[in-house]
Amino acid sequence: MQSTARRFTTNVREALHDDKLQVALARFPDGFPVKRRLAAERLPEFDALRDDAKAIKDHVLEHLDYYLERFEAKVTERGGRVHWCTDADEARQRLVALCREAGATIVTKAKSMIGEEIGVNECLEEAGFTPVETDLGEYIIQLRREPPSHIIAPAVHLSKDQVAAAFRAAHTDLPDDRPLSEPQEMLDEARAVLRRAFLASSVGITGANMLVAETGSIVLVTNEGNADLTQTIPPVQIVIASIEKIVPTLEDAATILRVLARSATGQDLSVYTTFTTGPRRPGDLDGPEQFHVILLDNGRTRMLGSEFREMLRCIRCGACINHCPVYGAIGGHAYGWVYSGPMGAVLIPNLIGEDEAKDLPNASTLCGRCEEVCPMRIPLPRMLRQLRDRQFEAGQTPAMFRFGLRWWARLARWPALYRLATGSGVRVLGRLGRRKGRFRTMPFAGGWTGARDLPAPQGRTFQQWWTAEKGLRQ
Amino acid sequence: MSDGRERLLSGIRDSLGRGALDADTRAALERRLRFPRANVVPARGQHGSRDALLAGFITEAERVNTSVQRLPGWDGVATAVADFLRAHNLPQRVRVAGDALFKNVTWSAAGGLEIEAGPAEAADTASVTGAYAGIAETGTLMLLSGPGSPTLLNFLPPNHIVVLPEACVVGTYEDAWHRLRAEVGTGIAMPRVINWITGPSRTADIEQTLLLGAHGPRRLHVLLVDGASPAH
Ligand code: SF4
Repeated sequence: MQSTARRFTTNVREALHDDKLQVALARFPDGFPVKRRLAAERLPEFDALRDDAKAIKDHVLEHLDYYLERFEAKVTERGGRVHWCTDADEARQRLVALCREAGATIVTKAKSMIGEEIGVNECLEEAGFTPVETDLGEYIIQLRREPPSHIIAPAVHLSKDQVAAAFRAAHTDLPDDRPLSEPQEMLDEARAVLRRAFLASSVGITGANMLVAETGSIVLVTNEGNADLTQTIPPVQIVIASIEKIVPTLEDAATILRVLARSATGQDLSVYTTFTTGPRRPGDLDGPEQFHVILLDNGRTRMLGSEFREMLRCIRCGACINHCPVYGAIGGHAYGWVYSGPMGAVLIPNLIGEDEAKDLPNASTLCGRCEEVCPMRIPLPRMLRQLRDRQFEAGQTPAMFRFGLRWWARLARWPALYRLATGSGVRVLGRLGRRKGRFRTMPFAGGWTGARDLPAPQGRTFQQWWTAEKGLRQ
Repeated sequence: MSDGRERLLSGIRDSLGRGALDADTRAALERRLRFPRANVVPARGQHGSRDALLAGFITEAERVNTSVQRLPGWDGVATAVADFLRAHNLPQRVRVAGDALFKNVTWSAAGGLEIEAGPAEAADTASVTGAYAGIAETGTLMLLSGPGSPTLLNFLPPNHIVVLPEACVVGTYEDAWHRLRAEVGTGIAMPRVINWITGPSRTADIEQTLLLGAHGPRRLHVLLVDGASPAH
């Protein structure tokens, strides 16, 4: 997918002025975060499971070569085929070749984030196929030719009117005067249209939530059941999975499943969890004749050898996004690429290049909620800070900021002078702002006061307060 | 293709700062796969008695909109299916898997109920299948694909009725894997598809409004049959 992360600040401005988006975002806080908390509270072992889940993934990453080979051996043993691809180009070529071999016209697809990374739909269209997204949210944004705005709720930025308009524009064979104002009517219409697509498709493309080395199975999780139709009806199944999706055993898969849905939607388990191993067996009445797995690196190996290795534990649950105040204000599209929120701010620079996404690591208050809720205990704030450090070292931070920071650092080396300077600063500002209690403008601080007032300091500096407090305690 | 594989694997080893794994480490990893260990297992699925286990399964299943009906024996299955169809204004016609489980069921007991065998078709309104296990922890049904249990029966018809012998209810995911390993195996004999189904299909993709029956069934009804040993 083409990135617009470079124009992040413009994206943000547009998002803040998009009324429909703001209405959709306002629904967020009462939704996923509350449900996640309730689900976690219902399971006393939740935190212990997070520790286990983290340990499983750390172990896998440490022995990734072994587990990938082992997974391949099992898939082959069950009559499937594994294709190894290092980058997006290779994967796209392989995908097109497999669709050609299958004589495909319609290709149904279940939601896949790695599929979004490599732009599967665009590449299939260019090659003359008709890709059809089957997850309801993905289908809606495919009709609107937009990227997903959230990894587990791709159309969360839209209102039902916008969905109805997209359906009316696309489903021109249906009567113009049909009622289409309620979500249920839209769902029924999509279900019927997509059923026809399923029955006509000759290739089904899915992602994979996990790959099980023990059995050569792929694990797919959905609430709608679209991935199951995608992997059962068409005669050829193609799975695209990034290499870090491996888990050793079925037991390990169970542990990760226990934290996945709870973190994502607050469900104890998603409706459909499917373990699929190889093509149709002798005697089976349905299922594909061919089973292909494209194992794709697309930047993971590089991350494995860097300080961002821990990001490869990510199971794409979206919890960090759901709890991020910045995402809550600007939505997903502003981030400019496939991912968003804290995980996006770490992944995007890593996958498409730090120069392409300079603003993203800075688009965080570092409040730490993402790390608190991440089921895989990924230190997202630390990684964002590391990306910022790298920008500073590479001289990419704005001149004024660097200048300010340098002077502050110099001053901080002389504690007495520092105390004097901050103490008198606070006194002066406190007196100047006494009447209103706040400043509307401030020299050198336009970045802050442009969008909000700066509160006037009241009383003492932190150090003065601390000294007094310590005295009281002793 | 094979050089893509080598490039990828050697890239991984470079990133990990080591060469290929030595024989001892490989043997240890192989053991971890051969003899899978359970991680933390929540107490929630581990019930002291059979009764508590069944009650736990029912509570969790109902939480996710699965309806559960208990039957004292196989005799009641056909009538229960007919009653369910009637209650929801559905035609008295079901697609039934050739599952060995159903050798215990006398379909003619429910007069007028039409039985169609074979894989699911687009126009089917209801299916009846067996299940390999019920998992109390989350009210989950575990279904295996095979000649007598084609997967589409679980997804195409908008109404799915599952016949589950009480003896098949287990506590946790680990218990389900344990039973599968002991009875079916996770080697070459493992079926192509293992479905864990936790409630009817749903979506919240339009304005976060929860709707049932997105692609899969709108209704999921479990007939929990007592005194029955599984036919598997
Ligand atoms: S970083 Fe953590 S919280 Fe965010 S999507 Fe990944 S696993 Fe979930």
